[in-house]
Amino acid sequence: MKLSFSAADEAFRAEVATWLEANLSGEFEEIRFRGGPGDEHVFVEERKAWEQRMAAGGWTCIAWPESHGGKHASIEQQVIFNEEYARAGGPGRVGHIGETLMGPTLIEFGTPEQQAKYLPGIREGREYWCQGYSEPGAGSDLGNVKTRAVFDEATQQWRINGQKVWTSLAHESHYCFVVARTDPSQVGHKGLGFFMVAMDQPGVTIRPIEQLTGTAEFNEVFFDDAVCAADDILGAPGQGWAVAMALLGYERGVSTLGQQMLFQNELDEIIRVAKANGSANDPIIRQRIAEAHMGLKTMRYNSMRMLSGAEGSQLSREAMIYKLYWSSWHRNLGKLAMDVMGEQAEILLEAPYELNRLQSMFLFTRADTIYGGTNQIQRNLIAERALGLPREPRGQA
Amino acid sequence: MEFTFTEEQLMIQDMAAGFVDEVSTSEAVRTAMTSGLGYDASVWQRITEELCWQALPIDEADGGLGLGFVEMVAMLEQTGRRLLCSPFFATVCMALYAAKQCPESEAKQALIEAILGGQTAAFVHTDSQGRWQDLSALPRSESGLINGCASQVINGDSADWLVVAVSEGEGCALYLVAGDAEGVGRSAQVTMDQTRRLATLDFTNVTGQRLCEASAGAAIVNITLELARIGAAAELVGVAQQSLDSSVAYILERVQFGRTIASFQAVKHKCADIMVKLESSRSALYYAACVADEFMAGSTSLAALQEAASIAKAYAGEAAFFAAGVGIQLHGGVGITAEYDIQLYFKRARAQEAYLGSPHWHRERLAAMLLDGDAA
Repeated sequence: MKLSFSAADEAFRAEVATWLEANLSGEFEEIRFRGGPGDEHVFVEERKAWEQRMAAGGWTCIAWPESHGGKHASIEQQVIFNEEYARAGGPGRVGHIGETLMGPTLIEFGTPEQQAKYLPGIREGREYWCQGYSEPGAGSDLGNVKTRAVFDEATQQWRINGQKVWTSLAHESHYCFVVARTDPSQVGHKGLGFFMVAMDQPGVTIRPIEQLTGTAEFNEVFFDDAVCAADDILGAPGQGWAVAMALLGYERGVSTLGQQMLFQNELDEIIRVAKANGSANDPIIRQRIAEAHMGLKTMRYNSMRMLSGAEGSQLSREAMIYKLYWSSWHRNLGKLAMDVMGEQAEILLEAPYELNRLQSMFLFTRADTIYGGTNQIQRNLIAERALGLPREPRGQA
Repeated sequence: MEFTFTEEQLMIQDMAAGFVDEVSTSEAVRTAMTSGLGYDASVWQRITEELCWQALPIDEADGGLGLGFVEMVAMLEQTGRRLLCSPFFATVCMALYAAKQCPESEAKQALIEAILGGQTAAFVHTDSQGRWQDLSALPRSESGLINGCASQVINGDSADWLVVAVSEGEGCALYLVAGDAEGVGRSAQVTMDQTRRLATLDFTNVTGQRLCEASAGAAIVNITLELARIGAAAELVGVAQQSLDSSVAYILERVQFGRTIASFQAVKHKCADIMVKLESSRSALYYAACVADEFMAGSTSLAALQEAASIAKAYAGEAAFFAAGVGIQLHGGVGITAEYDIQLYFKRARAQEAYLGSPHWHRERLAAMLLDGDAA
């Protein structure tokens, strides 16, 4: 057990930092520290240009194998990259769904033709992806998807009908990966397919969802006889669930260390406000700030354990607690920010509803404990998979 | 960066786990904790003669194994898990580590040899009320004679040797005193948690061998206490783990309304909450152990050690108390009986959560670092 990085890894860190410092400037200065969770709707065009700058420098898709244009970066190097990226104020990645989720899934399950068709666009920062999993009736219960995919023998295309929801960046994306039912006689995890659907077609309608922050980064996506080619199904009809779950498994937590840098920025701002307005002298606030600091440090130690043991595909105990841990921590941080701001927390920057960073963070943290598996679902998973307690009974489908 | 145990460290942990499972059964704990010594001398003999746990942090040049604090923590997590009643913590994690930091002297060498040979030691660093925050309130030495009272000294009633921190002049010196030296009055205290023996020591014109000067003692005491906090956190992680394991075992057997109570979501979610706190404590603990090794090697600062110790201790203390407290609730009625062990874990967690600084104390120490300095 040791904490330090190797000399080679430190050299890699210096290389990343140098490149970011040289490139995240000039035209990109204004997007530093922007576009993260709760802020994804801003500077989209500039962030797309940034994706292409990253690609030109060889800094997209570094975890991918070299045969697909990546650097086959080790876990340590990925950690370092994410840390330096966040430290430099790298903007929220428009391409992250393609790079971290779709790409690895294509590399594992795709045919050479599918890989050749889609991977270069992701790697070069030209084509963006969004995720079509959740539906109005299939949130935590993802197996309940009602979107249908029917193969049309006449046109040799799949026809897709249904509705997806909570799709972030849908209007900025070229493609959506859609979980849809290929066999209507099946229920639950069976009879599903995993489709790669172009967004720019008459059968796709996108409607933004205005959130409690007054902004909209999630969307509803309607598929009305949307089409995709016969070979734009990943895996076979009926294998959709396996592919969909494998995709979620690629999020190995490497990006969590970058996320923690953003959290640290938020905590630093809270500390700055507390010192400025005197609440840093309140003994209860002091306890809560210390608690937030401890919690964030420990989040980092949890990640380090998780990543050190990340070779296997089985999620480790520390990985299973991660979502519940960070979402609860961040929700508490949001309330702490408001309590530190005191009366001024109520006053917005300007009309119609312009929130400052801490206000926006406070409101958006209420989403953290819901998306990506609610805290209640997380507790079920921990109890059942880590502790071996009985599974929840299922209702009649 | 390698934040997992090495093969060798895993082996040490597994051997410790196997040993405590064998010797520190529920029955053994109950016998030991109410015995005269507060521990089973024959188990201590096996620890020092067969397993040589006491040699762990002793330098190889002195005949030890020369291992670090990561290994220490791996052991203490296991002794905590089984509430092993033993002078190991007081002797090795406290007295030995204090001595290791002292300059070379005959007294230091004698103590290390004694510990290596299986004798026990206690670290005396408290005032008459068991407090440790103010070194000027400790027993005082003048003209080579120690006078005063210290209480809540772990295994102080039976230790062969005492490493005594005393107030001397404007500073704090350390003395090595034989446990049965003339003028030392010792009595075990009656404690809520019986698995860890505490004692009051009265010093009347006691003479000892000097281990360090009055200018150096405060730093040694402070560092020893930081290390002891990390060691205590390791035991607390073990306490939390066993509280969870025994509760899970119970709820999987207990049937009500025609189903195991483990199948109720309210019960499952409580267990999940324990696991989140437990695993987070474990992460903070392992990090702190690495920092301790780096500090002892001179490659990190005292502030880093203090921060890591505070986080590990505060987290593990709250996790253990939460785990044992919820554990009683999950056990239902039998949880409050003397017969079931969860009450022993609950008492140990309470005692050790407060030991060397409550979670509130540690948070305030962190708050001072974050809010009162010049750095933002």
